[in-house]
This record gives sequence, structure tokens and C-alpha cells, in this order.
Amino acid sequence: MKGEMLDLMRHLAWVGVLLLLASLVSEVLAQRPRIKKFAPVARNLRARARGWWTMAGVVALFYLPGPGGVLFLFAIVSMGALRELLTLTTRHKADHWAFVASFFVVLPIQYLSIWFDWYGFYAVFIPVYGFFLLPMLSVLRGRTHRFLSRVAETQWGLMVAVFCTSHLPALLYVDIPGFEGGNLLLTIFLVLVAQSADMFQHAASVAFGKTPIAPVISQSRTWEGFALGVMAAFVLGGLLSWLTPFGILPAAFMAAAIAGCGSMGRLVMAAIKRDRGVKDWGHMNDGQGGFIDRLDSVIFAAPIFFHLTRFFWAV
Amino acid sequence: MLKSIERWLGHLVGVALAGVIHLLTAPRIIWMGSPPGARQRVYYANHTSNADTVLIWAALPPTIRRRTRPVAAADYWLKNRLRKFFGTAVFNTVLIQRDPNQRGDDNPVAQMSDAIDEGSSLIIFPEGRRNDTEAPLLPFKSGLFHMACARPEVDLIPVWIDNLNGVMPRGEVIPVPLICQVFFGEAVHMAPDEDKEAFLTRASAALEALIPVQEDDA
Repeated sequence: MKGEMLDLMRHLAWVGVLLLLASLVSEVLAQRPRIKKFAPVARNLRARARGWWTMAGVVALFYLPGPGGVLFLFAIVSMGALRELLTLTTRHKADHWAFVASFFVVLPIQYLSIWFDWYGFYAVFIPVYGFFLLPMLSVLRGRTHRFLSRVAETQWGLMVAVFCTSHLPALLYVDIPGFEGGNLLLTIFLVLVAQSADMFQHAASVAFGKTPIAPVISQSRTWEGFALGVMAAFVLGGLLSWLTPFGILPAAFMAAAIAGCGSMGRLVMAAIKRDRGVKDWGHMNDGQGGFIDRLDSVIFAAPIFFHLTRFFWAV
Repeated sequence: MLKSIERWLGHLVGVALAGVIHLLTAPRIIWMGSPPGARQRVYYANHTSNADTVLIWAALPPTIRRRTRPVAAADYWLKNRLRKFFGTAVFNTVLIQRDPNQRGDDNPVAQMSDAIDEGSSLIIFPEGRRNDTEAPLLPFKSGLFHMACARPEVDLIPVWIDNLNGVMPRGEVIPVPLICQVFFGEAVHMAPDEDKEAFLTRASAALEALIPVQEDDA
């Protein structure tokens, strides 16, 4: 046990060194950008790097009592994300019970079942049981106007904010032979790769971007940026394979998968924002938007990463 | 002694309430043309939820909050001991009689003017009751007009509260967390020779102008 702890600590120390490097580079770049068109990219990098320290500090604090602490932290994140999503959905007061159930019944049950490690339950709870329960609550109130939109959007909000998000802390409970006690590193791998891929993609789009993926949604997300972002994530994943039980080449492929899902997830969330006429999901004090704005790529990549890991490496 | 304990307790409950409303609604507070300041003001707002007062009150910076008193119906806030505690110790409301027959010597406009003369700002809901209709605003009662006549130098600030009725629709007991917005508009003053009708229409339009562009909800 002691050996495992030491090992985890050593890995975390290396992650700290990486963050420090990223921060230094970002501060220097933002101070004096070499090329003018990269100035916004550099500022974005600096804002993110600063955000990472906050994130790392908060996660470390909640990890002190054990994985359950981080699980609790993400239950709060889910609540914040669900609040942001349901604020923008089509709704009527007839959906009030469905909303109450989403926040105060479905969300706690999802996280509790991860806590108890009931994989067979939490993997299907929201897609199956939630799928039946919530429309029932709405139909009991007897309003039919835009019923399908209302129930579909509520369900979609739960899938993203609770189901997908909860798969990040669920990584802490996967049993991987020979990797006991190191699961926190998997979550760090996921977040680092997803966030870096966003940045690579952004920078590559500025430098080489020609063909927007979806011009109506965003001119700055291009196929060139997407491809280069996924490739950069592939390399980064290989370099960070020491955080994982995968080995170098599989870690690189996992990272590419994370980057692909994450980028597309960001685009999906941007489409919703565009449709609802908002710039950001939430309005936290530092001007970086809400929970979803900073975690969208991670949220979308989490379930895929979780299941790939579980399928290939877990017992 | 008992009085000061009650005040202290009221203050504590007020801080807690503001915290709860911030957690539930993560309010986005937008000052459009009238920065928060120490000037004396009458905030007039749309009324769709029982929590409207609390949200406006919590949206104000704490130093201003302490000197801002909601105007509310005496029959509601004096009904039992708990309401009385909230009405007086927590919000320090200016209690007015809605029923003219029971008013006696207390005239609502005089009460509000007194509160202003003591240095307080006020929160009022000029529609006079909660709006359960589809219309954005009910026609304003004349209180706002009489107030503006009595103290023409005071800024009247329109305040639009967005989405709070989604957090806890009428008749529900459990609130759900949803993001709310509070828009503080530009100050409105009485124009010279303006009659009641014209003034109330203008004040109402100033409030309606703050409504954000809405998606067509179900």
C-alpha cells in the first residue's frame, strides 16, 4: 500500500512539473506574442493554464479523504452543468416534477451507485430508467404542448450533465490489474489530453485553418485544426503513457479518441449555444463562462474513454 | 435586548437566504445604465414569484442591500410570527395596508416617503400582485406615480427579473436550480406636466424594454 502511495505521489509530482512548464510557457507567450495573430491563442492558453491550477488544487483537496471526495466534487459539477443546460431547454411549469426528480433523485442515485461500484446499474440507470421515469412525471401533469421537445431536451440534459460527466470520476473505481491505486492518473490523463487537444486545435486552426467544419456554428474550428489537433493529441498521449496502464502506442490511440470525441463534443455544445442565442453556458466570476464551457470536451470524451479502458484493460 | 437579538438573528438569516438564492439561481446581474451606487433609489420590478424580493435584494451589493427596504402587504407579512420575523427583522419591509378601509391614518405613499426621508431605498412591485398571465406585465397601479410625485428627485430604477418563476412556479414547494438574470435599467424620472396615465405607460415600457430576447418556450 505504501509503495503504491509513493508511486502515485511521484507521478503527481511529474504532472505538477508539466503544469509548471505549461504555465511558464503560457505566461511568457502571453506577455510578448511573437506573431500577432497568435496573441488571442496565447491569452487563451494563459487563462486555461491558470484555470488548471485552480482545478488541480480543488481536485487534490477533494482527493484527500479518498476517491469518494472527488466523486462528491463531480456530483456538484454535474449539478452546475445540469443547471446550465436545463436553463436553456424548452420547458413549462408542467415539467417541474421532472426537473425536481432530475436534480434531487436521478443525480444523487447516479453518483451513489458509482460510489457503491454498481457498474451494471449506473451504466444503464439514466439511459433506461431515467428515460422512462421522467416523461411519466411530465405526462402526469397533462400538458401536451411541445411534449416531445420538452421530455427529449430534459433527457438530453441529464445524459450530458449527469451521465457523461459522472464517467470521469467513475474511472476511479475501475479495477485494472497491476494499476491499483493509480486510477487518479487516468482522470488526469483524460483531462490533460482533452484540454490540450482543444488548444492544439485552436492554434492549428489559426495557423493553417482553411475549411470550417461547420461555418454557421464557428468559423474558427476547421478540419485542418481538427486533424492536427487529433495528431498532436496522439503524440501527447504517447508521451504521457506513463500516466496509464496502456503502453505507449495504445495510449496514443486513446488520446486520439479523446481528442476526436472532445472536439466534436465542443462543436455540438457550441451549436446549442448558437441556437439559443447565448455566448456562454454560465457566468462565473473569472469570465471563462460556466461549468460546461470549460469542461465540454472532457464531458463528451469521458464515457468513450471510460468504456474503452474498461473493455480492454479492466477485469 | 430581545429586540437586538432579533435584529442580529434577522441579519444572519438574511445573509443565509442571499447565499441560498445565489446557489439556486447563480444570478447574472446586469446593470444597464445605472451603476450600483449609494444614491437613493426606488427599484420597481416585475412580479412573478414569491422570491422576487429576495433575488433583487440578494443581487444588490451588501452595503446597499442593508439600506434597501422592500415595500410589502401588511396583511401577508403580519399573518403569523414567522412571517412577521421575516418581514421585519430580515427584510425590514415597509408594510402597507392593501385594503383602503383598514388604512386609517397610514397612507402608503406617506409611509414610503417617510422611509425615503430616513435614507432608505425601496423595492416595489407596481403591478400590485403576482402576474400569472402570459402577458409580460400587468397594468401598473397608481402607487408608482404618487411616489414619483411625492419625491421627484429620487431615481426610479426598472428591474427585470428573468426566469425566477421557472425556479419555483406558483403552487410548487421544491425549488429547482436554474440560472436567473436580473437587469437593472436606466433611471426614470417624472417629466414636467406628465399625467398619471402617460407616466405609468412610460415607466412600464422602460421595464419591458429590459426583457431579453426570448426563445419561444412551450
